[in-house]
Amino acid sequence: MTLIPSTARTAFLEQAAQRILITDGAFGTEIQNFKLSEADYAGTLGLAKDQKGNNDILALTKPEVPESIHRAYFKAGADIAETNTFSANRISQADYAAEHLVREINVESARLARRVADEFTAKDGRPRFVAGAIGPTNKTLSLSPDVNDPGFREIDWDHLVDVYAEQVHALVEGGADFILIETVFDTLNAKAGVMSVRKVEKELGREIPIMMSMTLTDLSGRNLSGHTVEAFWYAIRHAKPLTIGLNCSFGATQLRPHVKTLSEISDTLIMVYPNAGLPNELGEYDEMPQTTAGLVKEWADHGQVNVLGGCCGSTPAHIAAMAKAVKALPPRKVAVPATVTRLAGLEPFVMAA
Amino acid sequence: MTNTFTGSRFVNVGERTNVTGSAAFKKLILAGDYPKAVEVARQQVENGAQVIDVNMDEGLLDALEAMTTFLKLIAAEPDIARVPVMIDSSKWDVIEAGLKCVSGKPIVNSISMKEGEDAFLHHARLCMDYGAAVVVMAFDEKGQADTKERKVEICERAYKLLVGIGFPPEDIIFDPNVFAVATGIEEHDNYGLDFIEATREIKARCPHVHISGGLSNLSFSFRGNEIVRRAMHSVFLYHAIPAGMDMAIVNAGQLDIYDQIDPVLREACEDVVLNRKPASDDGKTATERLIELAESFKGKDKVAEKEAEEWRGWDVVRRLEHALVKGIDAFVVDDTEEARAAIAARGGRPIEVIEGPLMEGMNTVGDLFGSGKMFLPQVVKSARVMKKAVAHLIPFIEAEKEAGAKAKGRIIMATVKGDVHDIGKNIVGVVLQCNGYEVIDLGVMVPWATILDVAKKEQVDMIGLSGLITPSLDEMVTVAEEMQRAGMTIPLLIGGATTSKVHTALRIDPAYDGPVVHVLDASRAVGVASQLLSDTQAQGFIKATAADYQHVRDARAGKGASKLLSLEDARLNAFAPDFSEKAPPPEQPGRHVFEDWDLTDLVECFDWTPFFRSWELAGTYPAILEDEIIGESARSLYADARAMLEKIIAEKWLTAKGVAQFWPCARDMREGHGDDVILHPNDDELSVRLPFLRQQFIKSRGRANFCLADFIDPAGDWIGGFAVGIHGIDEHLARFKADNDDYSDILLKALADRFAEAFAERLHQYVRTTLWAYAPGEQLTNEALIREQYRGIRPAPGYPACPDHTLKPILFDLLDATNTAGITLTESQAMLPTSAVSGFYFSHPESQYFGVATIGRDQLEDYAGRRGWEVPVMERWLRPNLD
Repeated sequence: MTLIPSTARTAFLEQAAQRILITDGAFGTEIQNFKLSEADYAGTLGLAKDQKGNNDILALTKPEVPESIHRAYFKAGADIAETNTFSANRISQADYAAEHLVREINVESARLARRVADEFTAKDGRPRFVAGAIGPTNKTLSLSPDVNDPGFREIDWDHLVDVYAEQVHALVEGGADFILIETVFDTLNAKAGVMSVRKVEKELGREIPIMMSMTLTDLSGRNLSGHTVEAFWYAIRHAKPLTIGLNCSFGATQLRPHVKTLSEISDTLIMVYPNAGLPNELGEYDEMPQTTAGLVKEWADHGQVNVLGGCCGSTPAHIAAMAKAVKALPPRKVAVPATVTRLAGLEPFVMAA
Repeated sequence: MTNTFTGSRFVNVGERTNVTGSAAFKKLILAGDYPKAVEVARQQVENGAQVIDVNMDEGLLDALEAMTTFLKLIAAEPDIARVPVMIDSSKWDVIEAGLKCVSGKPIVNSISMKEGEDAFLHHARLCMDYGAAVVVMAFDEKGQADTKERKVEICERAYKLLVGIGFPPEDIIFDPNVFAVATGIEEHDNYGLDFIEATREIKARCPHVHISGGLSNLSFSFRGNEIVRRAMHSVFLYHAIPAGMDMAIVNAGQLDIYDQIDPVLREACEDVVLNRKPASDDGKTATERLIELAESFKGKDKVAEKEAEEWRGWDVVRRLEHALVKGIDAFVVDDTEEARAAIAARGGRPIEVIEGPLMEGMNTVGDLFGSGKMFLPQVVKSARVMKKAVAHLIPFIEAEKEAGAKAKGRIIMATVKGDVHDIGKNIVGVVLQCNGYEVIDLGVMVPWATILDVAKKEQVDMIGLSGLITPSLDEMVTVAEEMQRAGMTIPLLIGGATTSKVHTALRIDPAYDGPVVHVLDASRAVGVASQLLSDTQAQGFIKATAADYQHVRDARAGKGASKLLSLEDARLNAFAPDFSEKAPPPEQPGRHVFEDWDLTDLVECFDWTPFFRSWELAGTYPAILEDEIIGESARSLYADARAMLEKIIAEKWLTAKGVAQFWPCARDMREGHGDDVILHPNDDELSVRLPFLRQQFIKSRGRANFCLADFIDPAGDWIGGFAVGIHGIDEHLARFKADNDDYSDILLKALADRFAEAFAERLHQYVRTTLWAYAPGEQLTNEALIREQYRGIRPAPGYPACPDHTLKPILFDLLDATNTAGITLTESQAMLPTSAVSGFYFSHPESQYFGVATIGRDQLEDYAGRRGWEVPVMERWLRPNLD
């Protein structure tokens, strides 16, 4: 079966060939600024559990909040809006007794991001993109939560694929251009994410480009399931992602060696969106926009990135500062690695040709 | 680890976490000792395995469960999980389950085109979606590639297909099949060189691919001789690596450094691997030379060897008895000769070896068997030892020009005309021989005239008839009638799967005035024979048997004819399925011919229970292996069967050929024709009528009187047919016969039958999921397959739902089975080769197996009319279903 190619992919590659693109920043911290009450979150849905903290549900109960945040980031210079759907999957929404609203949350979140993106494109003719964000869920396919039973798993592959597919389907229906599998702490979860996109592609008969972003949990450069950056890339390279990269993790300083590695081996675009430094003693991010922008600019100076943005603690001011800092710098040239067999356990294994 | 093979270009795939490659690992997994199994993986990585192969394909295991359990456990061990995994199974569902547990980028081992391009590309696409490199076996619809040309052709074709769907060429690893060399079969001599040269060619034609292979096959002929095996493997790699082989599944610790191999052995291995003529001018082939040399390298460190040596130290009489009881034939000729020479030295005669130690040994065997302490497979093994000993003595006995030992009696054994089944007959023959009877085996398809001729000429004491298919019952009656006509009086013994005491009493006994005895199984044969030939017991036994049979006849007569519905009423109570539920037309209509179905694949779906039954070991597999009484015997038989299976596969003794086809059809609803199915109802030229029989016995409330035609929609439907046969057995049987090896002869026949049944089962599954594809999502374990937990049936002519054997010629014409599957029919409609299955496919969800059982005269006449045959002719074929 031939899939209808994604025109958004072509448009994105055209833009990325000309300049470093900007994705948006954090949502959680921005939402906090609205000082929303339980009633604001819950709206009239009448759900069985408290909704305060369920940021994703705002698409249904207070859509003006995510909409205004998207608007703020586009104003700051972003090319990409990431939907406010990090936890909008059946597993995470179970904590809020809102599993049955997963489809609606995703459709509405994508729709409102799409609306704002199109609004900005209409103003200046510059294409804006919507990346439908899917988080890792709070369950892992690779690890046992029970130290005494290492073979135990809380979920299985088929279930997670179904959970993701439901979300992917709804995001695409709402108008997302790409699916962003982000904050990957478990490589196998990410592979299930890829499979779910493939599944939905077949259902819809059209290509859905993937953006993939790993998160590191230790300074040696591995994620929670134990994969090094290079092993991770080999493990998910079959997704033929539009972008591969890192997000969250630590601040930009700590990510530097790993961005370099990834940049050298990946034959696709690199997207990095770090936290605004490390949190202080109060758990707050206080790295100033100029500081963050200065750090990410170093990657741009070395030709290591194609897309930049922010994660936890970043604000529209941080994004604006980044956009300004890299405006005149050329984008990274995509690496052309040798055609050799690249396998992976937790560590990479390359077979000589 | 050796230096020679661990360059960055050559990848060692660890094979110790493979149940088919490591007995120790298999034991751990079977025992559920996963913690220790995980340690095996850890050691393997510590010892330098760059990839670990995980294989759980073992009949006793739920491979899917074992695979996922083990992969999840090693995922929790960072020092194991750091290397990539090779998920190894011949079952796609096991592979896919494994892919769902592995977080890195694994290798799938393997996929191939054996089920055609569609299945191949389907699996390849899934590998792409899961993110896995893949081992592609050089295997296509026609079979496994053996020659260089076939290997190259198949790999190149697979390569083009894969690259065509966007599969990354660097993620393709070809396995062009390492086959056994030095097997003694000339066609195998070039297999080593074929692989090496194909490797070079494939690398040149298919950029970026890798070449892998399993080395253990190569040296299969030298099992038990590790020194020679290691040398062969090292020599092979020494030549294959420069040609482009860059991966092998091998125990790295068991490779020798090329330069350190004994130079004489190395040269001999090299001659065999490269199919060279040995430099020496003694006229021996490379294989002969290596075999000769191998003897001097035989392992010296084995526990078994030590035990063996112990009994080898006993005196010769005890050794012969031990060899007979244990069924060890390795030394029997030497020992027999030693015994003969010793007897000759003191002026004795060669016959005394038989009358003395050999008969004593066989008496012990007979006692143990009679008391249930030994079982049939062991007895047959013992008989093999006996035969070899006797074969050695015969020239000496004949040189003496004296008659041999007086046998207890002389018996003809024959499978009757039209029938080709002889496993049971051979077993009885062996058991009788073990017990001192002389058996004249006339083989299969023996006409009555031959039986009578030989009986007269050889002055035999009795005749034993055997048969498996129902028409043989009638032929046995004929033999009895002819014996009567010839005025014979010797006893007639009747045996075989479809024979019964009732049939013998009702049909055969009345035809012959001499004693007629039905022998239920081989274990009764000796008792029956000895009583019939005993001066004191014979009359009593014959009288008692005759009285017993008269009693059967009286009971039968008293019962009168069983109550049957009229055919008309039975038709009114036909089964009426819901045709809105009928299967869609086949996705791949037409004829599908399979020239060489993968034997390994068939072994996967063996139903072992009937195998044990054919050896008179009653019990369900696998529980039978743990049975308190017969477990040991069953295990030993199973081990021998497995060992022979390995040879059958590695040396390709057998070829599984089959054909399946689908036809549009409709049940003929015209008056008087409701039990017929018309194929191609809309095309007079192609149209073919399939008449079926209907149950007539009175059913309990609500149950229908079934007929296969009921499952077919009068408004239009589809029906299928198939025939599968296992070819190539004869040359091996001839070999066993020449070697006086009845045990292997029977074992091979029994295994060939399992292959045929498994093929029928596998093909049916392929039809359900792929060709007809009315159950595409079906996923059944082998146990579920054996329990027939699937939709649709495949009734065979000659079996209860379709008892008329003469539908076979119609089916065979439709399938062109003689050309497509190489199967022919005897005049009794038995299939040749013997291991064959044929039948029809019915797909309606409510279709089910049933037995037609007894039919009335009205149906006999109606059916004869529908077939256009004379009633008496039809009556002969349907005899077993007539009252």
